[in-house]
Amino acid sequence: MSTTKKSNEIIAANVSKTFGAGPFAKEVIKDCSFTIESGKLTVMIGPSGCGKSSLIQLIAGFDQPTSGSITIGGRPIDGPGKDRLVLFQESALFPWMTTWDNVMYGPRARGEDAAASEAQAEFLLKKVGLEAFRDKFPAQLSGGMQRRAELARAMINKPEVMILDEPFRGLDHMSKELMWEYYAGLYEEDRNTNFFVTTDIDEAIFLADRLLIMTNLPTSTRSVIEIDIPRPRNIEAMADSKQANDIKTEVMTLLHEEAMKSFSGGSAAAADFLDAYSKRAG
Amino acid sequence: MNITKVLRKFSGRAALRGVIAIIVFIAIWEFGSRSLDLIGWRMPFVGLIPPPSSVLASWTGLFMEPSYWQSWYMSFLRVFTGFIVAMIIGIPLGLYMAINRTFYGIAFPSFEILRPIPPLAWVPASIIFWPTQEMSIAFVTFLGAFYTIVINVLGGAKSINRQYLQAAQSMGASQRDIFRRIVLPATLPSIVVGSAVGMGITWEVVVAAEMISGGGAGGGASGGLGFFIWSSYVGGSYEQIIVGMISIGIAGYISSELLRKLGGRFTPWLKTR
Repeated sequence: MSTTKKSNEIIAANVSKTFGAGPFAKEVIKDCSFTIESGKLTVMIGPSGCGKSSLIQLIAGFDQPTSGSITIGGRPIDGPGKDRLVLFQESALFPWMTTWDNVMYGPRARGEDAAASEAQAEFLLKKVGLEAFRDKFPAQLSGGMQRRAELARAMINKPEVMILDEPFRGLDHMSKELMWEYYAGLYEEDRNTNFFVTTDIDEAIFLADRLLIMTNLPTSTRSVIEIDIPRPRNIEAMADSKQANDIKTEVMTLLHEEAMKSFSGGSAAAADFLDAYSKRAG
Repeated sequence: MNITKVLRKFSGRAALRGVIAIIVFIAIWEFGSRSLDLIGWRMPFVGLIPPPSSVLASWTGLFMEPSYWQSWYMSFLRVFTGFIVAMIIGIPLGLYMAINRTFYGIAFPSFEILRPIPPLAWVPASIIFWPTQEMSIAFVTFLGAFYTIVINVLGGAKSINRQYLQAAQSMGASQRDIFRRIVLPATLPSIVVGSAVGMGITWEVVVAAEMISGGGAGGGASGGLGFFIWSSYVGGSYEQIIVGMISIGIAGYISSELLRKLGGRFTPWLKTR
């Protein structure tokens, strides 16, 4: 199947983004290059407030880089498009529409064939387990249900690339783990290009094929780790896996260094913790 | 399910408390008004106004009086004319200011200078530049609701979550579709709130305008509830003053309730919170 898919590799080359001008200019992204490979789940992790969301705005086409270029399948990105759909941090379900109308928004907005898209919406609602909630408003759904409804609303548009900006932030730990397994399952089914941004190390390692580790502000790519733990992955097995824990230590070390840069005065406690953790893992 | 039961029980109690409070209030009023006869000492303030029993008697007498109901009708007519015109002009104006930066730059400063002028300060001017008295009252009433509606619509439309717009945009929605299915419904709660506040101001304004202008061209019967109170005062019928005041209270309540019901119908998703 993957052989027939056309490439939708996203390449960011020497991207910089500065907000404001003159003495108030703030450089958020600096000379940042990375590749989101076609048909892979790429996870980007970095300290919070490091400019990851600004990068998403650029990839989604809501904003333009100050310098450098971003291309998808070789074409430059010059605006938002349904080939790249974004799932935002906070739920962006339209509160005034029922689950059904939310899912149907994209096809209706583009004036697509009603019967075909209704069948697809029904199929997707069943897939995310919300067929009994089709006539509920978002406020009547739990946090996890809202995220699943949003996944369905995005998937109905058959995006070439799904961009997820810390989508499970704010969920409690149990729902979060369930959502990881659920989302990983969806990804494994069709192996579309996925770009997932997070600050959660466990989440990153559980989900990623490739892990991009970002520097602190102004952000750029610190390092790239390929995670070849076989799929489907399992939460408990991952917790016991030496491979996963080695990666975790490596990522923590890198992220700790980056976090320390923004932590004026440093933090002895954090250093001690990291030291203790590396001993345990080793 | 338990929570709803508790709520129902509580609301029953709350209703009972409300009824008892009103009864006690009326009893104190009745006693205070008759205090000179009953205990030989006139209670301050309350002792000067007629007791509720004679207000009620005067009111039942008025029930058969067409001119009393004509006053209701006239005030309602003015309130709703002014209010509906304010919505028809105010909602599009607020929306357009929110989505068009050029128009905002042109219109907003003038709007902000005119807004602090109380509607009642417009009474003399509007009597001068509107041909009929009826139109000048309607204009002043319109102003009462207009500014509040515009400000609320503008604020509501400007504070739409940017992610709603971006989500719609990336799903390939046209500007037209985004306006119709995102901007408009997202602003609806603010429209409802603005209208409810505007309605309250409309009643305040209409009563004062009726008092100042001395009612419509037809005099007495076409004067509305504000003029009803004023003429009762001039005629020395203190019972009728209070009947007029309570009538306005009831009329205002009916209008707000009507608006709440209507607003709730337009914003069903807010009830689920």
